[in-house]
Formats: sequence, C-alpha cells, structure tokens
Amino acid sequence: MFSYLLRRLLFFVPIVAGVMLLTFALFFMVQSPKAMAHRVLGPKATPKAVELWLHNRGYDKPLLINQIPDQPWHDSLFISQMRRLATFDLGRSDVTGRPLSEVFRQGALPSLLLTVPAFLAGLAMSVGLALYLVFIRNAAADLFASLLCVALMSVPVMVYVIFGQYLVAQVFNYFPAFGFQLNGWSTAKFLFLPIALMIVSGLGADVRLFRALFLEELGQDYIRTARAKGVSSAVVLLRHVLKNGLINLITLVVASLPFLIMGSLLLENFFGIPGLGNVLFTAIQMPDFAVVQASVFLGSLLYLGGLLLTDLCYAWADPRIRLH
Amino acid sequence: MTTLPQDWFIKIDALRSAVSDWLTRSFLPIWLPNLAVLLGTLLLALLVWQGNRSERWATAWRRLRGDRLGQAAAVVASLFLVVGSLETVVFPTETGSRTLLQMLLSGIPQEKGYAAPMATHALSVSDPKPLFTRHILGTDALGRDTLVQTLRATRSALWIGGLTSLVYIPLGVLLGILAAYYRGWVDDLVQYLYSTIAAVPEILMLVAILMVLGKGLGTMSIALGITGWVGMARLIRGETLRQMERPYVAAAKAMGQSHWKILTRHLLPNVMHLIVIKFVLGFSGLVLAEAVLSYLGVGAPVGTPSWGTIIDASRSELSREPVVWWNLAAASFALFLLVLSLNILGDALRRAFDPKSNT
Repeated sequence: MFSYLLRRLLFFVPIVAGVMLLTFALFFMVQSPKAMAHRVLGPKATPKAVELWLHNRGYDKPLLINQIPDQPWHDSLFISQMRRLATFDLGRSDVTGRPLSEVFRQGALPSLLLTVPAFLAGLAMSVGLALYLVFIRNAAADLFASLLCVALMSVPVMVYVIFGQYLVAQVFNYFPAFGFQLNGWSTAKFLFLPIALMIVSGLGADVRLFRALFLEELGQDYIRTARAKGVSSAVVLLRHVLKNGLINLITLVVASLPFLIMGSLLLENFFGIPGLGNVLFTAIQMPDFAVVQASVFLGSLLYLGGLLLTDLCYAWADPRIRLH
Repeated sequence: MTTLPQDWFIKIDALRSAVSDWLTRSFLPIWLPNLAVLLGTLLLALLVWQGNRSERWATAWRRLRGDRLGQAAAVVASLFLVVGSLETVVFPTETGSRTLLQMLLSGIPQEKGYAAPMATHALSVSDPKPLFTRHILGTDALGRDTLVQTLRATRSALWIGGLTSLVYIPLGVLLGILAAYYRGWVDDLVQYLYSTIAAVPEILMLVAILMVLGKGLGTMSIALGITGWVGMARLIRGETLRQMERPYVAAAKAMGQSHWKILTRHLLPNVMHLIVIKFVLGFSGLVLAEAVLSYLGVGAPVGTPSWGTIIDASRSELSREPVVWWNLAAASFALFLLVLSLNILGDALRRAFDPKSNT
C-alpha cells in the first residue's frame, strides 16, 4: 500500500513539472511580460510605470537564461518562476498585491458552503432517481425521463441561473436574489437558491450516467442468480445493484471531490458569493494574470489529488482490489 | 540567444493578432467563407457517400431510419446548418459585403429601440411611438429584429463547433491511433501529453489560454481544440488497442502491408464510427462552451452576434420595467434547440452503431 502510494506520487512529478512548463510558456512566452503589464495597467501607462511594475514582480529578468556578465546564470525569469512554484508559493495578486495563498484560503469557506451541500444532495437525488428509472426501465415514463435528462443537459448554466433568479427572487420574493453574509444559520437563506440551481444544472447528466451504470450492473450473472432463487426485484435493486453499482460510481465521483474547494465560477458571480469561483471571475475581468496562473497550478494539484483519492477509495470499496 | 526574447515576442505578437482576428476582421479575402461552406458541403456529401458503401454504415443507416426521434433531431440540426451557412456566404455590394441571410431578410426594418413581440408601438412608457412593422419576437436595444439577430448568431456557434472540430479531431485521432499502433515510447509520450493537459481543469485552461491569446472566434476554437483532443485521443487509443488484437490486423501485417496502409485502410475505417459519434456529441458541448465563454467575457468579441453575448446583454434587460424578456428567451431557446438536437442525434447514432449500448 505504502509503496503503491509512493510510486503514484513519483508518477505525478513529471505531470506537475509539465503543468509548470505549460503555464510558464503560456503566460510568459506567448505574451511578453511587457504586453502583460500593459494589459494590467492599461494601454496608456507610462514606460516608467511599466518598468516599475515589471521590476517589482521580477518580470524584467532575462527570459530563460541570464547571460548578462557579472550576474549568476540562474537569475532568470524561468528559473525564478519554477523555483517559486516548486516550493508551492502561489505569489501575489497582480492587481491588489495581496498574497494569493491568503486570498485562496479566505475564498475556500464560502465555496465549500455552496458546493458541499449541493454535491451531497445532488448525488443522493441522482442516485435515487437513477435507481427508480432502472426499476421502471423501458416503461414510457423511463424513456420520457431519459429524454428529459438530455434536455436538462442542453441548457447552459447561466440560463438556469437567470431564470431561477428571476422566478424565485422577483416573483415569489422569498429568497434573496443576491448577496452573502457569513453569519451562522442565516447564511443558509443566501445559499438556498444557488445550491438548488447547482443541483438542477448537474442532475440531467448525472441521472443519465448512473442509470447506464446501474443498467450495466443489472445484466451481470449474479443478478440472474439472485432472481432465480426468488429474490424480489426491489431487493435485487437495493441490495445487489445499488451496492455493486456504487463501487463503479465511486470512481467517477471521488475524482471531483477536491474540486469542491474551487467553487462555481458562474454561480458565485451571479449570487455575489465571495468564494474562489468569484476570485477567478474577477481575475478574468481585471485581468489579473497571477490569479489565473496560480489557479491553473492549484487546479492541477487538486486533479492529481482526486486521482489518488479515487484509487484509495476503489481499493477500500472493492475487496477484490489490492494496491501494491 | 540574448536576442531571442525581442525577436520571439515580435513574431509571437504578430501571429497572435493574426489568429485572434482572422474571423472577426475582414482582412481575409471575401470568397474564403464561401469556399469554406462549399468544402463543408462536399465533405458531408463524401461522408454520406462513403458511408453507404461500408456494411457497418449501411446497417447503422437502416437502424437510424427506424428511429423517429433521431430523424427529427437530424432535421433540426440540418436546419441550423442551413441558416448558419446562409449567414456565412457573403456577397460584395455597393455598401460593403453582406451575407446571404441579411439579403434574404433585408425587408425587415430597423426600429429606434426596444419593441415587444407583435407590438404595434415601441416599448416606452412615456412616449410609445408607432413602429414600422410588427416583429414576431420583438426587437433588441438597437431596434434590430430579435428573430433575425438570433438566426444570425447561429453562425458563431457553428463556426466555433466546426473550426474546433477541425483542430481537435485530426490531432486526437492521429495521436490516439499512433499511440495504440506503435506502443513503446510513442504511447508513453502521447499518454504523458494528454495526462498533463487533462491535469489542468478544462475551464481554467480555456480561460488562461483565451486571456493570453485574446478574444475572438479563432482563438476560442484553438483554445477549445487544445483541451478537446485529449478525450478523442483517449477514445481512439482505447478502441485501436482493441482492434489491434483482431485477426485482420495480424493478417494485414503478415501480408506485408505498410504501416501507413494498415493505419489508413484497416484501422481508421474501423474506428470511424466512434469519431462521427464523438464529433456530433462534442459539437453540442462546443456550442455550450462558446456561450459560457462569451458570457465570461473571454469569448466572442463585441459586435459578433452570438447567443452567449445576447444572453449576457439580456441580464440587465430583465431588471427593466417593463421587463424585456424576448432577447433572452429567443437566444436561450435557439441555443437549447441546437444543443438538444445534437445530443439526441449523437445518441441515436450511437444506438444505430451499437444497439446493445444502454444510453
């Protein structure tokens, strides 16, 4: 087990290095640091202001290798950026100058308050619905529901949000349409609508996927055995199909767990929730390249964490699987 | 080496501005979009013709003929294709170039501002002036007919889907099939490449690329292509690995056929149906992505009619009094209809090629 984890982590090293190279190439080689400074400071910024901006961030160093005499060869933009990322230093915001580790830590809680309840409730609902559809499989209602799932998948998130916000907030006028306060239980009333919208926007795809997963399980030999010895179809579904289907489901779902911390780009912006999604949205509008660069790096670490988590959960849920 | 940065950045900047503007600014020759429509039509005809000759395709075609829902979806998707093509074909006139769709719908006058669907007077509480004509779906802030604008926006969606497919399908298929055929270091390299790109969450990757490259339909299709080939390469690699174990590959090898011939004559036709299914389903994802990216402000530039930008603009319209809902409704519905029909068509194709599949 331990040696498996170690090997897996070693396998991640070249991938993280690849992501680091990719972000450097994208942010510093495809556009010049000078062009970046102009886009942050505005096209009319004086050359002096641009030079100061570049110098403060160390962006005025030679790009790849320092060849200026009397300076060490490793004092270059590439090596300093790589060194920074390798020590998990996320840097500072281009606009406010705040350390990004602090910005991200502050945004994590509101994001988690939105995504964790939405994830849990959404998972429970889609598993339940999928199981029911498998129970009534090939009935008219099942076929209609499958079509409805495709329809739900075909609506972009922002349309859900705009209609939801308009209907619930302006017509019923019960939940606040916008705003956020971290204040004990009263936070919940700000979160109700975004959580509901997040569940609805993900429901179609999830129900469809889980339905296919359970149907596949239904074709297995052990199901036929269970039916042959007289187990009722409800018990087969709840005891055999659900349990064994969940093993496959884990591999699909667990990988997305680390991303709950990133929040939701569109929902947080629409509802003014100061989470990580909103941080990114603001960074896109500004533009704040340091935030986007740090998010890309952080996102890849979360993805790899998700892969590791999936392996561990799979081994835990399915006794046939041993990690060595 | 010391001069690399300056030279490099000048070249890169020129390339970048050329790529990001190539569709939105008209420095391209006027016949190019027309040629693209012509080639697209020919490609589609070739695919159908080729398909009829292969047995697997003929069976799938027969099954599709029995699938009413799939047929309806195909008709709707084709209608969008026709509208998008009409908006792409341009003709030079005395007052600048105009598209075929604009010329066909040129009888609809432009009003001064908002007008509700089928209204006879402009949308104004204090001074409702009479309109030139009734508009079926009303007009937008500049008085342009909402139906016409929505139809014109089809072009952006189709261009994004089409151009991105031109980037990601050849890349994904080539790398996937080569990795599975040659194995060894080629496979390792391809797997490393797509693991690295897949490690960055897709939306972050898209935003980062578009922020650096700049807005535009051209850059958007490049960004979507860079993230999109991964799924295709994985799919094709997996299927090719399975095909490699079939006897026909061993037979072809034993007969001394060249690598190139085995790849193009034997392996490619046997994974072709997966490419088509993925293309149709992927197209719907791309249309949705275009809307979301335009909404985020990194997608279609101002002035390009696109469902994403119409939806973005209509956010403020909802808080007006009286409420202006028709722009949002029209753009959302058109987007929904195209994505839905592509999803249904993709599923129907999958069922037609593999009747045992569950979805």
